[in-house]
Amino acid sequence: MNIFNKVGLALFVVALAIFTLSLGLDGYTFKQSKLEVDEIHRNSILEAIQNQDIEGKKFSNSFDYIHALRKMFEEATTIQEEKAKTGIPEDLQEWQFNLSKDKVNNYVLSIVKSTGDGIVSNNKVLFWWLTIGLGIIGGLIYIIPTFFKIPGIKNDHIYHRSMQKGLNLSIRGFFLGATIIGILLYGVFYMNKNWFWPAVTLVISGIIIALVLFRRNEKEHEPTKSASPPDVTGWLGVITGIYLIGFYILLYWVPEYIVPWIQIADPLKQLIVGTNADRWFLYGMLYTVIVLTMGIRMIAKYWHNKYQILRTISVMFFQTCFAFLIPEILSKLNMPSMDLKNIWPLNYSFFFDYNISNLIQSGGFGIFLLVWGTLLALVGVPVFVYFFGKRWYCSWVCGCGGLAETLGDPYRQLSDKSLRAWKYERFIVHGVLAFAVIMTILTLYTYFSGASRIIGLDSYSVRTWYGFLIGSAFAGVVGTGFYPLMGNRVWCRFGCPLAAYLGLVQRFKSKFRITTNGSQCISCGNCSTYCEMGIDVRWYAQRGQDIVRASCVGCGICSAVCPRGVLRLENASGDIDDRAEELRAVHISEDEVRLLS
Amino acid sequence: MKIIIIGNGISGITAARFIRKLSDYEITVLSYETDFFFSRTALMYIYMGHMRYEDTKPYEDWFWDKNKINLKNARVEHVDFTKKALTLSSGEKMSYDKLIIGTGSASNKFGWPGQDLERVYGMYSYQDLEAMEKYSEGLKRAVIVGGGLIGIEMAEMFHSRHIPVTLLVREEHYWNNVLPLEESKMVSRHIREHGLDLRLETELKEIHDNGKGEANAVTTNKGEKIECGFVGLTAGVHPNVQFLKKTDLEIDKGIVVNEFLETNMQDVYAIGDCAQLKSPKEGRRSIEAIWYTGKMMGETVAYNVCDRPVKYDPGIWFNSAKFLDIEYMVYGEVPTKIPDTMGTLYWEHPDGRKSIRINYDKNHGHVLGFNLMGVRYRHEVCEKWIKEKTNIENVLQHLGLANFDPEFYKQYDRKVVELYNEQTGKNLELKTKRGLAKVLSFLNR
Repeated sequence: MNIFNKVGLALFVVALAIFTLSLGLDGYTFKQSKLEVDEIHRNSILEAIQNQDIEGKKFSNSFDYIHALRKMFEEATTIQEEKAKTGIPEDLQEWQFNLSKDKVNNYVLSIVKSTGDGIVSNNKVLFWWLTIGLGIIGGLIYIIPTFFKIPGIKNDHIYHRSMQKGLNLSIRGFFLGATIIGILLYGVFYMNKNWFWPAVTLVISGIIIALVLFRRNEKEHEPTKSASPPDVTGWLGVITGIYLIGFYILLYWVPEYIVPWIQIADPLKQLIVGTNADRWFLYGMLYTVIVLTMGIRMIAKYWHNKYQILRTISVMFFQTCFAFLIPEILSKLNMPSMDLKNIWPLNYSFFFDYNISNLIQSGGFGIFLLVWGTLLALVGVPVFVYFFGKRWYCSWVCGCGGLAETLGDPYRQLSDKSLRAWKYERFIVHGVLAFAVIMTILTLYTYFSGASRIIGLDSYSVRTWYGFLIGSAFAGVVGTGFYPLMGNRVWCRFGCPLAAYLGLVQRFKSKFRITTNGSQCISCGNCSTYCEMGIDVRWYAQRGQDIVRASCVGCGICSAVCPRGVLRLENASGDIDDRAEELRAVHISEDEVRLLS
Repeated sequence: MKIIIIGNGISGITAARFIRKLSDYEITVLSYETDFFFSRTALMYIYMGHMRYEDTKPYEDWFWDKNKINLKNARVEHVDFTKKALTLSSGEKMSYDKLIIGTGSASNKFGWPGQDLERVYGMYSYQDLEAMEKYSEGLKRAVIVGGGLIGIEMAEMFHSRHIPVTLLVREEHYWNNVLPLEESKMVSRHIREHGLDLRLETELKEIHDNGKGEANAVTTNKGEKIECGFVGLTAGVHPNVQFLKKTDLEIDKGIVVNEFLETNMQDVYAIGDCAQLKSPKEGRRSIEAIWYTGKMMGETVAYNVCDRPVKYDPGIWFNSAKFLDIEYMVYGEVPTKIPDTMGTLYWEHPDGRKSIRINYDKNHGHVLGFNLMGVRYRHEVCEKWIKEKTNIENVLQHLGLANFDPEFYKQYDRKVVELYNEQTGKNLELKTKRGLAKVLSFLNR
């Protein structure tokens, strides 16, 4: 490390420490006057406040405060239920009248946001600079010297670094197992103690494991090239993974604990839209800042490679404009806000009744968005994939891909390349696609017919479960939290229904392939090692076959790291089947036993 | 039929794989280097932390059982060719019906004083890698003797760990005995640009003992003494056939084989680095210790072992390597000294890290060879041009067909055409640019 690296890293660590500690710096004073609740709930809540005697009470930390608030709302819920027994106003449904869990969550979050009192909530701009700002500055100072190095591949010491070398099989197994069990258990709670969908998920997981392990003696195929050799574990990576997983759990399910972070985002939201931030603005801001900063790192690392530079600029642009700024500006203009490049089925709520109604009701522009989103999913996707492969989306446009290609780049070598992992991948990712399609059909059925139950399934609970399991747990907690544990494309490879859909088109009807350069391959394995999608690229390259794989996102890193110039990403339909399926780097024709010339 | 293959490198393993494709013979591969086949060319990447040992294995461990190829970690002590039997160092005896020897190379030592000291290693085997790893801790300087493809790899390895490196190279410019002058100068320049201490026209005289049987310095032929904690011997390799020298097997430098890769012993074949061709193809050496020929020999011997005789023919020469950050590719004839009958077109990028050279026959005008530095060209296209004796002017006008650089990379093919026009007063234009569709129709023509 040179002096820039050291200073940059030190500043970044300080920023991260302040960011983390900022969660515990503020105290809270409960003030009834800050209460923003629905009128029908107000009286019960006021009564509970009085009974619990918390008006004007000071709390030194968020844990005690949130505990007291939840206790108060528990009582308010009971009071409201008592009232319901004596009669509900005629124009309301019972679920609207009662204090639902979601309502309570929203009330708690908004009260915590408005009653904070301390160094962070009183110095939001300063704290933005001390955390996000300092983090960016530190990161850039760390990155800048790379631009001045001799152009070339910079992968030295990746497997010597605690942050990047991955973890051994037992610890990886522990994380996977604990995450699956944790998500399913929390899922029961999330679905209001309805264990049906978690149980269905558990059974399907069991079936997939059985299909992979017990078919054709697969159990004997102990993976060799998995990302988990027996003797190494990078603890820094494990800690980073835990931090990221923790972040997503707080963000999705208990955002009241990260109120100071949301407050730090307030000034920027004020600047752009003129209102205070919510957690999704915080998330969008962090996401964009990270994609931009780590994008600069990616560009510096591949300063000699124009494909990588253009591709990185593209994901930085789409994240900043399409995912972050345009939706904010649209909402400022009171228009339906939408990420224009977020395509169904990745954007699983696109065909939800409230979204369709909302778009239709908001007139011309809303209708345009509806048509745009539908055409993109049904026509745009297959046509673009036919010409360029799924890379046009996955590694040039997509937000998840954008994060994976920037923040995730240091972890791309951790993807599992074993045949067994590939088998899991196919079952799981296509399973999620099927789930997304079924869920959407049920939702549309409900939208058009008004009936919420179809063949015994409740379309609302199906989509709630999808949103929880796939939308939040898989895409977020596992998708990003597992970067340092299982590589940067865990979501894209195993979970993304859009990637599965694009992949099917790419595999069966596309001009895109990675060509191999005659017999030049030396089987070194750099291509396979740095394939984030876990494709054993070398398997094809050493046989001289062109590579046509559903999962390839066309990031082009295999071609970049190849020391012998063997791989090239190309689009052309000619001979694609022959060149992809024959053993081509052969020297002798097997049929006639003559030299091929 | 029992087949035994000695050596689990690329040639032995290729032979095993193709025999399995062609037959149901019992196949056993012996090696004492590693349990499983790994890519020798990737050893440097393990040391530099780009990959782990696991990642250098081209096949997963279950592959061998599934394909009924027995791998055995054993060292062969003795071969009795008349009884068709092997003796292993464990004392165990094995018999064979057909034997394939693919024992590879060993690093050259030219009788330097101190060459057998500890802390003196080549860079060829997995054990060499382990030695480098062991002695890297606290290493103040490494001296590398010999300027070839392995020398530069070893230098890059130490350099990646910020260990100062001195390279002693006999030639006037790096690898000048193989590369043409301009390319050779480019490599020398690039080595120095990386801060490596390159000593050209310098040879090793002596390796000094620190009194404990370990090297601690070298003296060059210029009388300079260089302190170092490691000496890398990378002045080429020779066939690793020592253990067979006292047998009836015909050995010159390597095991002598005919065009069917058969030795003078019945049912015994030799392939790869350890094999020496009795009558090599015109313009080719009798021993070519490179990955690609090893692979081709492995494939060829499989057919011969399976009684489907086919002569070994390595086709048109090709090779590739990487000098630190500069990729190198060669197709066809690219001699160090260009003969009078050969025309050569050499374009170099102003940054001094990329170049394209095309050699052609001055009298008949057809292309003979391509040498690329920092630019990627297509194997199949170059091969076809050379094989079909395509005229240089035809090649130049369609030079884009050969371009294999990643998308959006700047194409320098037009520069090469302009250079030709400048040199000849012609007015050619680049008609075909880069693109797969055109290439496929060219190849299928």
